[in-house]
Amino acid sequence: MDFALTKEQEMVRKTARDFAANELEPIAADIDESAEFPTETVRKLGELGFMGMTVPKEWGGAGLDDVSYVIAIEEISKVCASHGITLSVNNSLVCWPLMAFGTDAQKEKYLKPLASGQKLGCFGLTEPNAGTDAASQATVAEKQGDKYVINGNKIFITNGEKADVAIIFAMTDKSKGTRGISAFIIEKEFPGFSIGTVEKKLGIRGSCTAELVFEDMVVPEQNLLGGEGKGFKVAMATLDGGRIGVAAQALGIAEAAFEASVKYAKEREQFGKPISKFQAIQWFLSDMATEIEAARMLVYRAAFDKWQKRPYTVSAAMAKYLASDVAMKTTRNAIQVHGGYGFTKDYPVERFYRDAKITEIYEGTTEVQKMVISGNLLK
Amino acid sequence: MNIVVCIKQVPDTTDVKIDPKTGTLIREGVPSIVNPDDKHAIEEALRLKEKFGGKVTAVSMGPPQAEDALREASAMGVDEMILLCDRAFAGADTWATSYALGTAVRKLGFDLVICGREAIDGDTAQIGPQMAEHLGVPQITYVRNVEMGDGKIICERALEDGYERIEANLPALITVIADLNKPRYPSVRGIVEAYREKEVKVWTAGDINADPQCIGLEGSPTEVQRTFAPEPKGEGEMLEGSTEEVCSQLVSRLKDKNVLR
Repeated sequence: MDFALTKEQEMVRKTARDFAANELEPIAADIDESAEFPTETVRKLGELGFMGMTVPKEWGGAGLDDVSYVIAIEEISKVCASHGITLSVNNSLVCWPLMAFGTDAQKEKYLKPLASGQKLGCFGLTEPNAGTDAASQATVAEKQGDKYVINGNKIFITNGEKADVAIIFAMTDKSKGTRGISAFIIEKEFPGFSIGTVEKKLGIRGSCTAELVFEDMVVPEQNLLGGEGKGFKVAMATLDGGRIGVAAQALGIAEAAFEASVKYAKEREQFGKPISKFQAIQWFLSDMATEIEAARMLVYRAAFDKWQKRPYTVSAAMAKYLASDVAMKTTRNAIQVHGGYGFTKDYPVERFYRDAKITEIYEGTTEVQKMVISGNLLK
Repeated sequence: MNIVVCIKQVPDTTDVKIDPKTGTLIREGVPSIVNPDDKHAIEEALRLKEKFGGKVTAVSMGPPQAEDALREASAMGVDEMILLCDRAFAGADTWATSYALGTAVRKLGFDLVICGREAIDGDTAQIGPQMAEHLGVPQITYVRNVEMGDGKIICERALEDGYERIEANLPALITVIADLNKPRYPSVRGIVEAYREKEVKVWTAGDINADPQCIGLEGSPTEVQRTFAPEPKGEGEMLEGSTEEVCSQLVSRLKDKNVLR
């Protein structure tokens, strides 16, 4: 057993870390405040190959392993969780299902520009009445000749407003339940497609979260992804991978809060000495460090399982469950270490705290992860 | 156009610690990086290649682990990597190092050699100029801007209070400073290629037909008498009081030190 990273993984970490320090750190607080999507830095990340990291080279990606991918998401999220999720969605919720279920023609047309960062993608599954109960899709796709006509809407879609391409889900046969759900690749220019509400959020405010609206949207049948009735399978398999990305995002947020706490504890003096000399603070820091290390092991393990083509549904669920929990605890206690200053925008920990919360919710709530884990334990 | 970039792997710290007993650098626990000035050299080489075509080769001399620095250069876009690695090179001062590098560069053939101004672990800024002497080509140091055409290179050479504009015929050697450009990040695909598809060629002293008298300890006229870490500066003094009080204290202190009269 060897816990060491490969040289390649180390260089991915260094590159992501350098980029985050030089390009993202200066804007992270601003885009949180203004809730402005960072088009320019997302474009740069795409040019460097961060948008389709595990996609093979022949389809426009970098051909990296999944551990390198989570390392990159971790490092980017450590500085700016909004960039972290923007990247994670394009990599794991868009490129990955295209790679796994797409035809060569679909890969040529959609995967190449998405993986090489020329286009941005999003993933539309959630509806007003289909959250955790993802099978209750109200969006309907009706076959008309060689086309589908789709009506419905999707909410809370990360990258939604900015995406050029979306993978969406709709009922093609209501009588068949989950086997009546199909996945489609759509373009923002398709007639009948529009953007609805753009959400105002507690955290990850530099990422864009929007409603996708389909009104008699016409989709050519060759844009069906994975075959008619296979949509639920596509969605569930995709989310298994997506969870590893969110887990890595949570890990990055926790690390950021921890490092800020260590720095502050050494600088801040009370009762004539740095507060790091007090056991109350030391125990916060040692808990943070231990829990982060545990989360990191689980996140890397899930990514390693995926890379090795082993089953990773359970390890991904465990990784997301633990890492998001650690992110919440660490960011909450980071504010406690900072005291009143931590509650202000003069320090970044309040942003980390707000950013952490969503990791317990999207791409399967913590409760869903527990359902997945226990479902596998008890089957 | 054949461009050769000479790079060095250095410890990643501006606070290099020296073992007081041996007088050598303590490298343990300090991660290694590509010397910062050398990254500007790599960037300029890649820009010139993008503009004029040709090939960029990175050359480094060092222990086997120095290949990581070359792979980083490769991930940035350098075409070929050469590592001069041989026990016979060990103990080289700047003269012996510049001889070895120069010999390798001559074997490669070149139109332009680009070096970083200096390495952060040695701070000599001697390798580039000495290599130019070994190679017998014109050199322009402290370059902050490069133009090229008609077999000539025209550079702005930074001075303390301005710059010189210098033209030289190719082949030539330049040493560059950080003002010249902003080094690109390695691309993710470049990293994959650097580790999986590209090869670091290792050249020994024999491979470059180096004169044994001119390399390693044998070829090094420099004798290090003593190395030491400079004493850290004493803590600054904080003046306290109202703005007026602080200003008048400051003025009288500066007068005491004859800074003001």
